[in-house]
Amino acid sequence: MLDGLGEALLLRAGYNAALVGIGAALLGFAAGAAGTFLFLRKRALVSDALAHATLPGVGVAFILLVAAGGDGRSLTGLMLGAAVSAALGLWVVEWLARRTRLTEDAAIGAVLSAFFGFGVVLLTHIQTLQAGRQAGLESFLLGATAGMLRQDAIVIAAGGALAVLATWLLRRPMTLVAFDPGYAASSGLDVRRIDLAMMALVMAITVIGLKIVGLILIVALLIIPPVTARFWTDRSGAVIWIAGGLGAVAGYLGATISASAPALPTGPIIVLVAAALFALSLIFAPARGVAAALLRHRRFQARVHRRQGLLAIGHGETILEPFTLRLLTAEGLVRPDGVATEAGRAQAARIARDERRWAVAREIHQDAALSGRYDGLTPIDAVFTADEIAEFDRRIGPPVALGGA
Amino acid sequence: MGAEFVQLSLTPMLIGVLAAIACALPGNFLILRRQALIGDAIAHVVLPGIVVAFLITGTVAALPMLLGAAGAALVAVVLIEAIRRLGRIEPGAAMGVVFTTLFAGGVLILERTDTSTVHLDVEHALMGNLESLVWFAADGWGSLIDPAALAALPEELPRMAAVCLLVAALTALFWRWLKIATFDEGFAEALGLPVRAIGLGLVIVAAIAAVAAFDAVGSIIVIAMFICPPAAARLMTSRLGAQIAWSVGFAVLSAVLGYVLAGYGPLWLGQSNALSAAGMIATVSGALLGLAALFGPHRRREGAVAGA
Repeated sequence: MLDGLGEALLLRAGYNAALVGIGAALLGFAAGAAGTFLFLRKRALVSDALAHATLPGVGVAFILLVAAGGDGRSLTGLMLGAAVSAALGLWVVEWLARRTRLTEDAAIGAVLSAFFGFGVVLLTHIQTLQAGRQAGLESFLLGATAGMLRQDAIVIAAGGALAVLATWLLRRPMTLVAFDPGYAASSGLDVRRIDLAMMALVMAITVIGLKIVGLILIVALLIIPPVTARFWTDRSGAVIWIAGGLGAVAGYLGATISASAPALPTGPIIVLVAAALFALSLIFAPARGVAAALLRHRRFQARVHRRQGLLAIGHGETILEPFTLRLLTAEGLVRPDGVATEAGRAQAARIARDERRWAVAREIHQDAALSGRYDGLTPIDAVFTADEIAEFDRRIGPPVALGGA
Repeated sequence: MGAEFVQLSLTPMLIGVLAAIACALPGNFLILRRQALIGDAIAHVVLPGIVVAFLITGTVAALPMLLGAAGAALVAVVLIEAIRRLGRIEPGAAMGVVFTTLFAGGVLILERTDTSTVHLDVEHALMGNLESLVWFAADGWGSLIDPAALAALPEELPRMAAVCLLVAALTALFWRWLKIATFDEGFAEALGLPVRAIGLGLVIVAAIAAVAAFDAVGSIIVIAMFICPPAAARLMTSRLGAQIAWSVGFAVLSAVLGYVLAGYGPLWLGQSNALSAAGMIATVSGALLGLAALFGPHRRREGAVAGA
């Protein structure tokens, strides 16, 4: 299996598998990038209704293709049918949410379940047809790349490339609308048309992804990469391309892993790779990750304990708190038995002076923006100039001996 | 409508009706609270729970399945909350991440384990096996009073009946609380009602209904019944009590009509094979919602101008 995986990853597992891998990567990129706009417009779950609404279209297209005399396995024909019924589903969602008192989430759920249910009815009908037994339409539910035809792989790869191109072309108006629809409208953009273009793009991605990811899970490829990308940057332009990159990695790795061994359904594997990338980002992302937050918290805690410990030394008190003791001993400011060293006393004196200066500064200084920065941790020379500090010192008067030592 | 009906159709139809009611009742409140998609999420999350329970126990008995599904729902809630807090991500997106991932995990485990000996696969999970819940021991309407035949009822029927009763009883018991907390959370809080607990309790009841129904009728019906009958009912009336009554009516109608159309529809059209009952029930519920959206007396928002 590992050999198979290595070969697949390096695109050596045959021309078809390589095409599928590339197609999945392109699809993932388009889905991640387009999903970002969807996420920002808070319409991510509309795509779930859209995806589930493709199933009756696939069924009807198959029945029509068979009635026209074919074997009903033309991927392009099935994709066309899927697109038509997805568009219908989207229209129904919009209509229900606009024209009736139902909220959008209810409209989404209703369309999703009713269209999908009707699709299942059609599937059970197709299974009774002569041509339907080997149709393999079930693979549209969860995606399958095993035994994919050359022409299907080409359609998917080409479709993925087109979707990436369309995302790139639409990136500016979609960014504007996603972040500030009001401003976009006032600067002459037709927000409704751009929203429509965005949904059309999402629909195209869904339809292209049917065969690889499957209609139940394609929504994951539209949601997870943008959410993951938010951990790595706060810049809008960057979010789009990072989300695209993450989607591409998930699509490529997922498709190749799934091709390397039997019983590894493509859609779920792609989603799980995307979820793994999400989990890694949640933990390790530099600014917003959990590990970084823990580290920041730990550092802050250490600063507070160090400061409080040194203040205690300055007041001649014994340090009993174990964490503070450990911290100060490690720095050589305190002996293990809790008695301050020479360096520790010097530091304590500095801190005590700092506190005294702050006390004066907060009493006399007019600029609350400066004196308000007192938090018991910031050294005063990080806020005030040497002249100002000299003025505080003049008010404090000459040094006095510390107690304790 | 004789012996054959009692044997083959009565129990699946009853189970379908009970499952539809059990899901539609909490669905009313979920819709009003704009949490309609929680039902969708629960239905997806149940799968990995059931699969893991099967892996651990090796059987498809009811109790481990229920426990597994409940466990998975709990894991999902914890994960959603953790991701929302740790990553500062909006709840809808956090939900999307969690339920797709758990569902994908469930499918993967299912495909990797040998479940050929038991009735457990992805299609079954989606579409249920309503048609197979037949009452072999029955030989006519008389069996309804025959203890021996009654003892051989498919076990899903009493289970679904119990869950349906439980859901109905809880709805009746907490009626006032639910009503106030749903329509005016601020007022409910001012009255000192445990608003958060009510919200959580509602989700738990929905999960119980979903898990019980999932086993018998598959996830399509669960999602459809959470949303379509209550949504249709909302377009028929503006009073909560009446809405609940309408939603139960729509749920029963969907289940009966859907089952009949799936089972007998093809026969009327001269074909011999039945269609998926679960799919047809969902389709009918959607069609009923469509009719309500076109003709329902309260289909517009209050205060909206007609024709606007």
